[in-house]
Amino acid sequence: MRLPDVFTGAIRCFCATLFTLTFVTSPQLSKALTPEAAKAIAVGENDDRLAALAKAIAAPSDGLVRLIDALLDDAVKVAEGRVYIVRDGKAIDAATGAETTLPPNAEDVVNNNRVRGELDTARAAFSLLSEDRNTRAKAITELKDEANEAKLPIIDRAIAKESDAELKSRLQQLRAAMLVASSDKAKRLEAVAALASSGEPSVKSLLQERLQPTGESDPEVRAALANAIKAIDAKLVRGERLGVIFSGASLGSILLLVALGLAITYGLMGVINMAHGELMMIGAYTTYVVQNLFRQHLPSGFDYYILAAIPVAFTVSALVGAVLERTVIRWLYGRPLETLLATWGISLVLIQSVRTLFGAQNVPVENPAFLSGGVAIMSNLTLPYNRIAIIFFAFFVLLLVYLLINKTRLGLFVRGVTQNRSMASCMGVNTARIDTYAFALGAGIAGLAGCALSQVGNVGPDLGQSYIVDSFLVVVLGGVGQLAGTVYAALGLGVLNKLLEGWTGAVLAKIAVLAFIVVFIQRRPQGIFALKGRSAD
Amino acid sequence: MTNSVRRHTLKALAAASAVAFGSSFSSLAVAQGAPIKVGVLHSLSGTMAISETVLKDVALMAIDEINAKGGVLGRKLEPVVVDPASNWPLFAEKARQLISADKVAVTFGCWTSVSRKSVLPVFEELNGLLFYPVQYEGEELSKNVFYTGAAPNQQAIPAVEYLMSKDGGSAKRFVLLGTDYVYPRTTNKILRSFLKSKGIADADIMEEYTPFGHSDYQTIIAKIKKFSSEGKKTAVISTINGDSNVPFYKELGNQGLKAKDVPVVAFSVGEEELRGVDTKPLVGHLAAWNYFMSLKNPANDEFTKKWAAYAKAKNLPGHKDKPLTNDPMEATYIGIYMWKQAVEKAKSTDTDKVIAAMAGQTFKAPSGFTAKMDERNHHLHKPVFIGEIKADGQFNIVWKTPGPVRANPWSPFIPGNDKKKDVPDGKTKI
Repeated sequence: MRLPDVFTGAIRCFCATLFTLTFVTSPQLSKALTPEAAKAIAVGENDDRLAALAKAIAAPSDGLVRLIDALLDDAVKVAEGRVYIVRDGKAIDAATGAETTLPPNAEDVVNNNRVRGELDTARAAFSLLSEDRNTRAKAITELKDEANEAKLPIIDRAIAKESDAELKSRLQQLRAAMLVASSDKAKRLEAVAALASSGEPSVKSLLQERLQPTGESDPEVRAALANAIKAIDAKLVRGERLGVIFSGASLGSILLLVALGLAITYGLMGVINMAHGELMMIGAYTTYVVQNLFRQHLPSGFDYYILAAIPVAFTVSALVGAVLERTVIRWLYGRPLETLLATWGISLVLIQSVRTLFGAQNVPVENPAFLSGGVAIMSNLTLPYNRIAIIFFAFFVLLLVYLLINKTRLGLFVRGVTQNRSMASCMGVNTARIDTYAFALGAGIAGLAGCALSQVGNVGPDLGQSYIVDSFLVVVLGGVGQLAGTVYAALGLGVLNKLLEGWTGAVLAKIAVLAFIVVFIQRRPQGIFALKGRSAD
Repeated sequence: MTNSVRRHTLKALAAASAVAFGSSFSSLAVAQGAPIKVGVLHSLSGTMAISETVLKDVALMAIDEINAKGGVLGRKLEPVVVDPASNWPLFAEKARQLISADKVAVTFGCWTSVSRKSVLPVFEELNGLLFYPVQYEGEELSKNVFYTGAAPNQQAIPAVEYLMSKDGGSAKRFVLLGTDYVYPRTTNKILRSFLKSKGIADADIMEEYTPFGHSDYQTIIAKIKKFSSEGKKTAVISTINGDSNVPFYKELGNQGLKAKDVPVVAFSVGEEELRGVDTKPLVGHLAAWNYFMSLKNPANDEFTKKWAAYAKAKNLPGHKDKPLTNDPMEATYIGIYMWKQAVEKAKSTDTDKVIAAMAGQTFKAPSGFTAKMDERNHHLHKPVFIGEIKADGQFNIVWKTPGPVRANPWSPFIPGNDKKKDVPDGKTKI
């Protein structure tokens, strides 16, 4: 129920400015909200409440603004016909603003979407006259979907007062949207012409509604409407295409993350590691544990748990990987079938241990505040922050792996051992230790993938199972032993999957992608990139 | 050779007698005062564990309560819990094991319709008794099953009517979104024909399905956005089941699809499914159920208090810190108590006698209404509530029926159903 402090703080601050500003700009605000009006807005049938609200808006008062804010925050209670606002355990009378005690039988006021929508609009209408540009801009955004002629006077007043050119043009658009159903044909034509330059999906649906047989009857206006819709469509289609590419890139980056670790353990070392998915799962559970530790011991820094979780997830998974390598996998080098069976068994053991430790149910991993929500690039394209972050993270990890393999001494040894083990050994490289390091590195990267997955999907004991097939597909498709191949295959599969999904739906897309891979591997068993050189056996 | 033949014959005989006397076996045990075995058949792992695990726990709680008050017919109840692991064929295997090997008198279980369809032949063959606690698509009536969840006319139809009403936003276009299996497909078939009867054109309905456990909802949300921009007010009807709901709602919130613009009403999402989700961006999206935790009445206060105490005592993960109740939990609870009352009325745990005694049973349900088992069709009379998600993950009740509604398992919106009988076949009158 409690909003985070930042949020309420912002609202409060916003309200404070609203009070003072509206107070200064419109003198009629001093008229107080009567208890009867407050009651009419808070209780009764929704139709009557909204009528009361509309009546009250005509004569706004600061009590009304306060009541609307409280209603939107679910902070209003009613007892015996009196309306109370309860915040932080303190009750005030909604009409007078005086502090009182809340009767024990007070009941919550429930607002449904419709009421909340009207309240939002009412508040936005007040803010249109604010002196703060951002407040006004926000109010216009809020009002854009609520175009109807009833709000015309407010908009006209706001246009008259508006000094900012951009906001003014947006207000004009809003006005046009309200006038599109006007009874005057000239006004309608003017409105449609103004709306044609809009790129809003809501405007499109508004125009489309006018095109219905019950809407516009004048042929000239109908033609203008059709043209306007075409113009808007042209703008919207760009956003849609970009959306598909983005979601493909997002899926691709996830595939890249889950396959990157495998590209090392399977691609470079040749270990068919069926427990790779479970190493991801361990990374995801580590994130969960770190999140809980932050919540318990450092609630003020909760949002930054993810930054701490990244290295911890890497370390834990890498350690598990190192132990696996030392105890099981090292005895099975060169015996792929036994490795496959053994690692599959290990994956079952890991799943069951997590089940015993954390329970069979999924555990909740919350997005930190800076990773929830998204940025609106276009009117019909919003990119979620968590997905943007994962794309960057995937490439960051890729860069690190590239540098590690190609630029460091450890990387040199890993390459040396994978290319020619006995020669590397002759040169004094401790091949056994290098094997452990390389496997631990692959496992650690799987842990990083798990940490990233916890931000978009479910964290449960079966998390790894749903990605293991995908990660093998990516590595095999890209060409075993090639990091570049993994990158191309991951992004390619991601975009292909999303394109097909848009066409055929999720179920068929999955099948089509699998069929494509089967055909591709038959035609080109070595993958996109074949390993060149003597070592490719 | 002869030995092995004899052993085979003996085995076959034993098996045959076990099947043949399956029902009389339990009545035989009455005399001995042995505990009555009760099966609990819910997925405790896999994609459905998110929803089903608590049903197992609430069943155990009700059994504990009954035992604390002296059991049934003076005998204690002994729960037999099995985990079918969200694996549909395994449901049938486990059901067979419960009835044939464990000799349970009754089974409480299943969530998805595909799991119910999978166990149904087993219960009918072995004349077992199943209490199914989840809302479902109807189109089924078995004498061996009591359906304590909602039929379409107790959930789906009222919810869509609400969306079309002024308070629900007067929706004119609908997205039917579901997981790809029998429940969403059948429900959407019913809804499509219902919407048509209300004058909604086919072009204004979009149907989309995703596999079980699907976790990438970017494309679907983009499609919904596009669809909603193409015409009048759009609403989404979600029959997504299991843990896919978490990524779905996360994506919905992140992409800024507000309830004010495109409301999503869900039939399989309750308090428990929203546990892991940040509900602040989801405020105003809807769910339709026959019970919400936020209902205020003495029966519900008692139910939630009991659950909180039980969760704490049993150290249930999640619930011990934040106890939540939901509709299928209530339905499970009602089911167990009604079965107890029926056994006491029949003075036997014999399947056929209990089935006969179930007719007309009533129970003061946590929904605040008295739930009644219909005399004929094995479904409960239940009230319908529609709730909007609040910032704290609970629901604001924005609409409800004046009283309990009789279930209509054969939806009139599917052609041919008007000829079907409202009573299961093979039901013996005692």
